[in-house]
Amino acid sequence: MKNKKDKSKQPCRSMLYIPGDAPGMIQNACVFGSDSILLDLEDAIAPSEKDAARKLVRSFLDEFDFGELIVTVRINAADTVYFKKDLEEIVPADPDAIRLPKCDSAEDVRKADALITEIEKKNGMTPGGVKIHAMLETALGIENAFEVAKASPRVSAITLGGQDLTADLGVQKTRGGHELFYSRGRVVVGARAAGVMAFDTVWTDMNDPEGLYNEAKQIVELGFTGKAAIHPSQVDVIHKAYRPDYREYVRAKRILEAAALAEKEGKGVIAVDGKMVDGPIVARAARLVAIASLYDYEEEEGLSQ
Amino acid sequence: MDKKIARTASAGTVESSDCLVTVSPSEIFLFEYSGPNSTAFKKRTDTLVRTTLEQYGIKQASITIQDQGALEMTVRARLAVALERATETTNEE
Repeated sequence: MKNKKDKSKQPCRSMLYIPGDAPGMIQNACVFGSDSILLDLEDAIAPSEKDAARKLVRSFLDEFDFGELIVTVRINAADTVYFKKDLEEIVPADPDAIRLPKCDSAEDVRKADALITEIEKKNGMTPGGVKIHAMLETALGIENAFEVAKASPRVSAITLGGQDLTADLGVQKTRGGHELFYSRGRVVVGARAAGVMAFDTVWTDMNDPEGLYNEAKQIVELGFTGKAAIHPSQVDVIHKAYRPDYREYVRAKRILEAAALAEKEGKGVIAVDGKMVDGPIVARAARLVAIASLYDYEEEEGLSQ
Repeated sequence: MDKKIARTASAGTVESSDCLVTVSPSEIFLFEYSGPNSTAFKKRTDTLVRTTLEQYGIKQASITIQDQGALEMTVRARLAVALERATETTNEE
């Protein structure tokens, strides 16, 4: 990818789906404000246009400067005739990650992993550079969340595919989303246990930003690192749900300051506001400050003076 | 190895920022370029078409491009797909 940087430490709150066959949208990818984009070769593309989308995405990865944007490509599933061609065309262009649909087991990931490694070697690339975001879209995939997440060092995220999953579970997607509560919890815990990111599914009703906000708030509280969007208008709503409370932000900054001071003085245990603070709390504070740095707190800062 | 245009094939759309490329069999090289910015980008596109045909080893073809303000990388991708669809050695899916 043109001017590729290491973006593995960047927050990835929002992932905007863009059809791989829509040059007008791809060339404007940077102005929609999302942390990452998903160039889609799968569901958004008709069978007759698979070759065209694949080539267009390749052309943009080769020549377009996406700047700070994290760029991932959703390819077609391993059981389709497009799978191998997608990887052969896209991997040499070195996207940040490949989103791999329908991962039911660690074995599914390892098969794709082996093929990607082969293509990287053939093209003189360092093996392992192109990450995998594994999609869990079946009951079996959800049950194997942790196994999938640790199937390869290449996996940097697991992501819940809600549309296929609700169909597989035989349930309807509701506005409150309680039918996905267990699956979401399982994805978050599996991801955290394996040290990878956890992404949530899309909110399909573009005309219901309130429903999207409520769901986004819910998945932020559950521990998801990010959520996919199907329309640019959804990006801001998702970001709003990720905005840390100002008081939490201030406290997190104090924790980091205290931790830095303790490290300097060689102390193991520290206290902030009379409460003991240890490793995991410092790590959480660091994550919160990283996210908070993306927001403007001018208003709150003005009030607190 | 020279490839032959076996059939008429198209790629792309006439949506904004895209282009529609059509490739047909022909005895000679023909190139027709139209669209709102076709005067401004005539030279760029002409060079792109000639270079691409050379890469594909194609000497005779009729190429028409309806350009709706496509970036060069878009024209390149559309042309490549139209050529692949039109040449007989490639069988997509």
